[in-house]
Amino acid sequence: MSARDAAFDPRRLAALIRKEGRQIVRDPSTFLIAFVLPLILLFLFGYAVSLDTSRTRIALVVEDGSASALGLAAAYRNSPYFEVTTVRAMAPVRALMVDGRARGIVVIPEGFGEGVERGRPPPIQIITDGSQPNTAGFVANYAEGVRQSWALAEGLGPAAAAADPPIALSPRFWFNPGLRSRYFLVPGSIAIVMTMIGTLLTALVVAREWERGTMEAMMATPISMAEFIASKVIPYFLLALASMGLCTAIAVYVFGVPFRGSILALLAIASAFLMPALGLGLFISASTKNQFVASQIALLTAFLPTFLLSGFIFEISSMPLPIRLITYAVPARYLIPSLQTVFLAGDYWGLILPNIATMVGFGFLFFFLSFRATRRSLD
Amino acid sequence: MAEPVARAEAILKRFGADAPALDGVSLSVAPGEVTGLVGPDGAGKTTLIRILAGLMSPQAGTVAVLGRPPGDARDSIGYMPQRFGLYEDLTVLENLNLYGELRGLPASERAAAFRRLLEFTDLSRFEARLAGKLSGGMKQKLGLACALVRTPKLLLLDEPGVGVDPISRRELWAMVGDLKAEGIGVLWSTAYLDEAEKCDTVYLLNQGKLLFEGAPGALTARVADRVVSISGFGERRRRFLTEALDSPAILDGTIQGRSVRLLLRPDARFDPPPNARAEPAAPRFEDGFVEMLGGGPKGTSRLAERYRTIPESDAPMIEARGLTRRFGDFTAAKDMHFQVPRGRIFGLLGPNGAGKSTTFKMLCGLLTPTSGTGAVAGHDLRTAAAGARASLGYMAQKFSLYGDLSVRQNLDFFAGAYDLSRAEAARAIEAAVEVLDLEHQLGRNAGSLPLGFKQRLALACAVLHEPPVLFLDEPTSGVDPVMRREFWTHINGLVEKGVTVLVTTHFMDEAEYCDEVTLIYRAVQIATGTPDALKAKAGALAGAEDPTMEDAFIALIEEHDREAGTQREAA
Repeated sequence: MSARDAAFDPRRLAALIRKEGRQIVRDPSTFLIAFVLPLILLFLFGYAVSLDTSRTRIALVVEDGSASALGLAAAYRNSPYFEVTTVRAMAPVRALMVDGRARGIVVIPEGFGEGVERGRPPPIQIITDGSQPNTAGFVANYAEGVRQSWALAEGLGPAAAAADPPIALSPRFWFNPGLRSRYFLVPGSIAIVMTMIGTLLTALVVAREWERGTMEAMMATPISMAEFIASKVIPYFLLALASMGLCTAIAVYVFGVPFRGSILALLAIASAFLMPALGLGLFISASTKNQFVASQIALLTAFLPTFLLSGFIFEISSMPLPIRLITYAVPARYLIPSLQTVFLAGDYWGLILPNIATMVGFGFLFFFLSFRATRRSLD
Repeated sequence: MAEPVARAEAILKRFGADAPALDGVSLSVAPGEVTGLVGPDGAGKTTLIRILAGLMSPQAGTVAVLGRPPGDARDSIGYMPQRFGLYEDLTVLENLNLYGELRGLPASERAAAFRRLLEFTDLSRFEARLAGKLSGGMKQKLGLACALVRTPKLLLLDEPGVGVDPISRRELWAMVGDLKAEGIGVLWSTAYLDEAEKCDTVYLLNQGKLLFEGAPGALTARVADRVVSISGFGERRRRFLTEALDSPAILDGTIQGRSVRLLLRPDARFDPPPNARAEPAAPRFEDGFVEMLGGGPKGTSRLAERYRTIPESDAPMIEARGLTRRFGDFTAAKDMHFQVPRGRIFGLLGPNGAGKSTTFKMLCGLLTPTSGTGAVAGHDLRTAAAGARASLGYMAQKFSLYGDLSVRQNLDFFAGAYDLSRAEAARAIEAAVEVLDLEHQLGRNAGSLPLGFKQRLALACAVLHEPPVLFLDEPTSGVDPVMRREFWTHINGLVEKGVTVLVTTHFMDEAEYCDEVTLIYRAVQIATGTPDALKAKAGALAGAEDPTMEDAFIALIEEHDREAGTQREAA
């Protein structure tokens, strides 16, 4: 590459960006990926997919006929978390559990009322379905929570309410008290959308230039590779930010997701994430030069990790150690907590800045690799 | 002679462990001349052009454009790659603008330069049309315009003539003539040997080696006085050619309509058969090339010798009755009518996109006609499409083999696909391997075979079930003339056994082998007849003497356009 070619000419860059812009506007598939797909994802995560366990079906076995027992039973029936089937004896309940019509059983034992009157309410029994650990944990905690609230309301006192243990535990979920999964799924889907545009779309458009032979013609003009790369990065960076803006607006105004941080922080986080996303997209397309292969690799290296290994759906802390170690190499792992912080908590720069720094670091790495792979040569 | 605008010395370029793509090739391009880079596919033409454009570097040898490395001379190089390098979702003008800006054409000069280029390429009417919506010929002209935005000193054209209609090709040559007059050095690469004759200087490449350099006349002069055209034996010309090629005096021979064109060995004598007329014929560049390759193949096809004789039949073996196919509001083929009797070759001739393939696919039963019908070996396409398919063999030069399967596996697969019994398959494969000399290639992947073997294998696969009808889709485009002759030797032999052949081609040479051709242009048949009759008709229309098939095509298209114009005016 000669000194003249290496020169960065803003006019040539402007011409290339104008061309790219026209292609984006005219290519319906670009529009689909940038604006329609995010909408589909958001509505999917917003309405259809839910990790919430609200209104879990349980069976309530009331073996005691006392006023206290009936009061506690009513407390369960009124709880927004449970859909209750009340029975008098254990026998029919077992069948409900086996065929999955009930996810848990709460037993108010005989003599419950007497115990309450004596000031020492006997423990209730909570049986859960261990084949579904998430739900089981939820049922156990919330069933206990309902009993505690009832005991407090009845004036049974903390000591009594705790049914022995001297220390009362009263769970409170901060930032998302209703534990609504929508609140973290919707910001998380922004990560998916930015991955799609940053990596998949970018990989496709560069590979397309190779496939259609326009790359060859471009290389025969005096443009430099830096101009060419910039002409791909800038439009898709802006496109991804626009798409991110659309997602945020829908998240906040349609799904009522709180937005407690600042737009500035959101922009900083998104921009930092787009560096590795775009860099990876460029690297993939420069190394494969084929749209089909590029899309497969982009799905495997960007989309799936963002989906599975970023903490978006599966808690990273509950993954086995080897997989947890792999997540450190997934740029989206640093994006998801930052986004959730900005949406649900606010601008906690102490948490956001290290994440931004890591993403920018990955960005430099990928850009370095793609510059090395994009040589002005057909060899 | 003026200082060359480009010079390459002893270029060696190798990809991986294969034989070198270019092996010690030297070339120079003079200003104000058209330099032809001629050779079959795989000769190394594209590699050499890319090296001159600075897109590849050779392992050995030197390259200079205007005395500098090509990478430093980009401003002076115009380059049109094989696929033109156009952005299909930009308009004609936007493409020009893009290349103008990238090449640093000052904004003040742009309007005038674009107007001149659009006029030059006759695209002014289409400046707002998307490049993807242009016809092949127009795309090619736009590609040329983009390569010319800043008048270059060296213009590199990589196979600009492939697949476009002969009229566009002729216009392109006229344009290149104008550029030559401006002092631009043009390097034109092509696999069409007839184009070589139009160049000022020719470099003939074959398998990475330079076979010839100099004026095309110098090569044709070597075979002058040794070319004869023999006519007067009507339908027996195929048998005559077979016999002639088996004679030691004959180096090469081809069918040209009703006559046979022979190239004699130096100092050899050849006595034409009684009743036949022999006349001297003009030598061609191709004759010289064939001689350099050591002459054409022998005339007898062993494949045909072992083939069954197709029973006589008075009914047409291939028949199209008003075949029409529309895609939405676009008519791809309109009202196709023809009949091919047993033991004849029928050609569908036309540029890419004219409707040849659509007609072909309807007859294969791969595409349902919108209206009209047809029959293959007596099987009506509407009622017995499967029967029609079973009685034909299909071969396309480019697509009909599985590149990842070995030669043996390809043969097995096609034997299975044509529903041969185990014993039949074994016998057919053994015969094909023996007569086509595929013995040593059996374990090789079809994709890695040399072009000539690929062609043999494709033919072997198509005729395993000894079909009475053979469909050939551009069977020999891009192969060297010796391979093409070998292929047609087999086809001629099969036709003598009664096989009926339908061939599509945009390659005028292949048309000469046909008993009858129909010219397809913009979805309609504009003329049908024997190659000689069409040439005679064109000769009368254009007043040309001894017109080629291409001249005939151009004259008939122009005639068709004139008539269409008159009809429009009348209406």
